[in-house]
Amino acid sequence: MMGPAGGPGVGLSANQQLVADIERAREQRGRSWRTKFLITWAFIVVGLVAFILITVSVDSAFLEKVVPFILAGVPITLFLAVTSIFFATILAALGALGRLSRNPYLNGIASFYVSFFRGTPLLLQILFIFLALPQAGIVLPEIPTAIVALSLNYGSYMTEVFRSGIEAVPHGQTEAAQSLGMTGRTTFRRIIAPQAFRIVTPAVGNDFVAMIKDSSLASVVGVQEVLWRAQTAGRPTFQSMQTLLVAAFIYWVLTIIFSLFQGRLEKRMATGDRVQRRAQ
Amino acid sequence: MTLQHVIGPSELPGALVKPGAEPIVKATAIEKHFDDNHVLRGCSMTVFPGETVTILGRSGSGKSTFLRCLNFLEEPTAGMVDIGGVVVQAEPLKRRDRAGQARIRQLRIHAGMVFQEFNLFPHLSVIGNLIEAPIHVKGVGKKEAIELAEGNLARVGLSEKRDEYPSRLSGGQRQRVAIARALTMEPDVLLFDEPTSALDPSLVGEVLKVMESLAHEGRTMIVVTHEMAFAREAADRVYFMDEGLFVEVGPPEQVIGNPQDERTRTFLARFLHG
Repeated sequence: MMGPAGGPGVGLSANQQLVADIERAREQRGRSWRTKFLITWAFIVVGLVAFILITVSVDSAFLEKVVPFILAGVPITLFLAVTSIFFATILAALGALGRLSRNPYLNGIASFYVSFFRGTPLLLQILFIFLALPQAGIVLPEIPTAIVALSLNYGSYMTEVFRSGIEAVPHGQTEAAQSLGMTGRTTFRRIIAPQAFRIVTPAVGNDFVAMIKDSSLASVVGVQEVLWRAQTAGRPTFQSMQTLLVAAFIYWVLTIIFSLFQGRLEKRMATGDRVQRRAQ
Repeated sequence: MTLQHVIGPSELPGALVKPGAEPIVKATAIEKHFDDNHVLRGCSMTVFPGETVTILGRSGSGKSTFLRCLNFLEEPTAGMVDIGGVVVQAEPLKRRDRAGQARIRQLRIHAGMVFQEFNLFPHLSVIGNLIEAPIHVKGVGKKEAIELAEGNLARVGLSEKRDEYPSRLSGGQRQRVAIARALTMEPDVLLFDEPTSALDPSLVGEVLKVMESLAHEGRTMIVVTHEMAFAREAADRVYFMDEGLFVEVGPPEQVIGNPQDERTRTFLARFLHG
């Protein structure tokens, strides 16, 4: 069995050498990949900045005035997003229960809700609440209009997310709970819902990030959030390029921040069967 | 119409049963149809307190279905189950009313089940898995439930895994936790649905050891299994099932050692000689 070149000791060290070489080569490839990746980003950013500088004059006095004005929309944007994701989550939880219900009335209501609000544009829904409902005597101010529309719309999408999350919990869990004598309600509350909650958390995070951006649609009814302010500031002096870029940058940074936050949350969910660890 | 339960001639109480004891499990003429497929064709079983009974048979013969009919995870098409005095009739046509559903839950409390796939609750720690049902089904106080659970964890040799989560346990450990979870409800009878079939061969032994010791200490158990050695050594009685019927019933020395029915012989020959 022994090789002609010598004892097993020689073979072993040659092997270790090879393993180390492969490892080093892999690291090198990784470094060069990252370098190229970063250069690409830098190239695009520099290109964009150059394009802006060439096309528009940077009027720093204008920017100094306008940036704080647009930034003052951030709390409103976040308020819209947080409030709406909150109500959307409640709607989605109820909607999912309805969609999974054996009761034909509840199921009918829930599936109509999902079908209608997923099947019509969010912008139309906002305008409808603001412009059409007053004809029926229902008048909502701007911000509640935006919150109601965003909640209903996102709630309908998230209903399907929640439903599939609940259905993704293996059937064996229900059987185990039932074999222990649990009622349907206890099974759902104690066994299914906590597991479904973890399954849907990443999706809810995604929806929140999307909601930050979609809250800009509230600008059409005059909610003074980030996009409304950018438009309002840029239009009179034909400097929309500057103001809209500022707004774009703000949304971008906001979504990056929440995506990072979401990534950490997901990581915690993934490692953790210990999320719900309770002191005993 | 109430069915009359008849104790079969070969269902003599096992050695550990006190003379004059009443059966703890009576399954009477259980039938089950899946669409056109007549899976169970009138199966009856009598188990006395302290007995261990195994159900053998080819895959697809209906063993697991029968076991799942005992606690109504599967609704039988016809028949009656009586476990620990809780009697439930098959009601295949309509949804049960509240009282009917409550009776089924009562039945299930009397019959703990251990599944092939363990079905531990992944979001709860080991101790959490054990105390969940005692607290939220039986209304046992938390302190008492924990004491009970710790006793049963020790019973299956996993005290040190008390605060671990199921995902960090081996298959054999998971199944032992599942057994402890069933025990913590203090059922009259334990139902095992092929408890070692999903396990790596090297982990089967630790689960069988626990089951054997439970059998020897006089727990009442109904075990669907392919583990012939377990059936031979731990069972008071073996039910051999073929195509939805118990074709041979008796003590293991008879059913496994000296089978009378042609179908039992064929099964055992194939099983024992590969």
